[in-house]
Amino acid sequence: MGALAVLVLVIVVCLLAPVYAGSVAHVDPFPSNLQGTTIVHGRVTPVLQSNHQGLGLGVTPIGPTWDIHHYFLGADNQGRDVFARLLYGGRTSLLIGSTSALLCCVLAALLGLMAGYFGGPIDWVLSRLFDIVWAFPIYLLAISLSVVLLTSGLQIGFIHIGAGSLLLPIIIIAIVYVPYVARPLRGLVLSLREREFIQAAIGVGASDWRILRREILPNALPSVIVFFPLMVALDMLTESALSFLSIGVQPPSASWGTIINDGLGLLYTRPMVAIAPGLMIVITAVSLNLLGDGVRDALDPKAKLRGSI
Amino acid sequence: MLSFVARRVLAAVLVLFAISVLVFLIFFATPGVDPAARIAGRSATPQILAQVRHEFGLDRPLPIRYALLMEHLFIKRDLTSYVNIGDKVVPQIMNAAPVTLSLVIGAAVIWLVAGIAGGVVAARFRGRLIDPIIMLAGISAISVPAYWLGEVVNLITESRLHSSVFSWVPAAGYVPISQGVGQWALHLLFPWLTLAALYAGIYARVLRAELVTALGEDYVRTARAKGLSERRILIRHALRCSLISIVSLFGLDFGSLVGGAALLTEVVFGLPGVGQLTYTSLQDLDLPVIMGCVMYAAFFVVLANTIVDVAYAWLDPRVRRA
Repeated sequence: MGALAVLVLVIVVCLLAPVYAGSVAHVDPFPSNLQGTTIVHGRVTPVLQSNHQGLGLGVTPIGPTWDIHHYFLGADNQGRDVFARLLYGGRTSLLIGSTSALLCCVLAALLGLMAGYFGGPIDWVLSRLFDIVWAFPIYLLAISLSVVLLTSGLQIGFIHIGAGSLLLPIIIIAIVYVPYVARPLRGLVLSLREREFIQAAIGVGASDWRILRREILPNALPSVIVFFPLMVALDMLTESALSFLSIGVQPPSASWGTIINDGLGLLYTRPMVAIAPGLMIVITAVSLNLLGDGVRDALDPKAKLRGSI
Repeated sequence: MLSFVARRVLAAVLVLFAISVLVFLIFFATPGVDPAARIAGRSATPQILAQVRHEFGLDRPLPIRYALLMEHLFIKRDLTSYVNIGDKVVPQIMNAAPVTLSLVIGAAVIWLVAGIAGGVVAARFRGRLIDPIIMLAGISAISVPAYWLGEVVNLITESRLHSSVFSWVPAAGYVPISQGVGQWALHLLFPWLTLAALYAGIYARVLRAELVTALGEDYVRTARAKGLSERRILIRHALRCSLISIVSLFGLDFGSLVGGAALLTEVVFGLPGVGQLTYTSLQDLDLPVIMGCVMYAAFFVVLANTIVDVAYAWLDPRVRRA
């Protein structure tokens, strides 16, 4: 329950990003703000300070003020409010994590059920497809697709997805993880198929579609539900890795991964820029994983003996 | 058994072929992607573009280009980079492979020891305080982005505490084992720990679940009835059986990491391994190098898959008939 509470808190706080940026901090976290000022201890201070040490080259963004109204976590090298970006970035990360996990689970359920139920050539083709995607190191596949699609966008018939669209990382991440969910589902359906109630349904002349929908799906659904929170965590981590390599979420959008990337050049001077989004990822992923364990225990009481927390 | 092995090897070759076609299509046949424009640069005239297309063989039909690429990669082994003209792909990969192997082997030792110890201790003391602590540590380890962990480690060891606690940590980079095992290990220590954290977490969780299931089996009850000590039952009976799933997991993880999945760790710690090579070639869209790296990676993953399958069949005769 603690995990769920933390997760809900993270989601609510991230959803409130526009409220925070508009009414509390009065900042726009997207355009660069090189000349901006803020207030520290009652004094007007530039957001980007010139370096007076060494050769005096370059500027250092302001560090954390720990004042919720003024650059709580400091600024990045564009002079943008890191805390406001953190909240907006969280919206993107959570959105990509959850929608790609949903898309992945739906696709995997569809393909896994078909492969397991129909068997024969359909199963052979689908299983080989899973094998191929599976044999591809997941990051390499995601990176290859991202590099190609981000330069030109995706054009399938009349559908065009722009190169900067969030849909691209969502689709890419969803596709690369389909075998992870589809393979165990296929195995489950294979064993369900041999059970008496399916034989009975076939015996009374139910159509394939009806058997899949009314008999197989309700029995396979708990497994998909158990996978879902884990997939959200995994997808979010993958998104952040791709964004960190600057082939995930594209500017002006921000995600936790892109903010860590922004903070890379400031790591030794203003480490908070990179540390804060990483901590958010860890907190969110830990609660999602704990939630996944909880859901598994709830749906499969026998597993409770095996799991511990 | 022999026919099973033969079938698995044939399937592996087919999967490798399919992967090579898939990668080729992703990079050469995605609508809107023009390798010639990349090579010639932004301000190239149509004449230069046409010349580049001809020189690199990009004006030929796709199947012929695929065959030529494979010939240069595997038979002549003289495939050259599009970006750094003259750099051969195969030697580049061969130079990067020892770095990746050094990183992955060291990390594997750490995560196997930590993961198995964590799983065994948690299962032995299940329900007591130490069990949820280990499992929470495991969940945290699988929830941390590896590259971020690497950055934080760099921050602590190279900057914040470098003048006091971590003054013995050398600057990030790779030192070959030929220049002394000590320096090699010292430079790789933190990359090892960073890479190992995730897998130690996974293995501890999987092993604990397997052990607790095994401890409920009949053969464990028999062992208890014989009066064996709880420790002996856990190590000699339950662990032996549970290690099978760890071994198969290990085969797959090791294969994909050697193939370049350690890319993020390599990038963060500045290790010039296969992952780093793949990453730079992807950023430059240097297609021959990408092709070489992906085929190399796929080879290790498919090899690991095949070895795991064959090992399974050897351990469990029922699998052979499937």
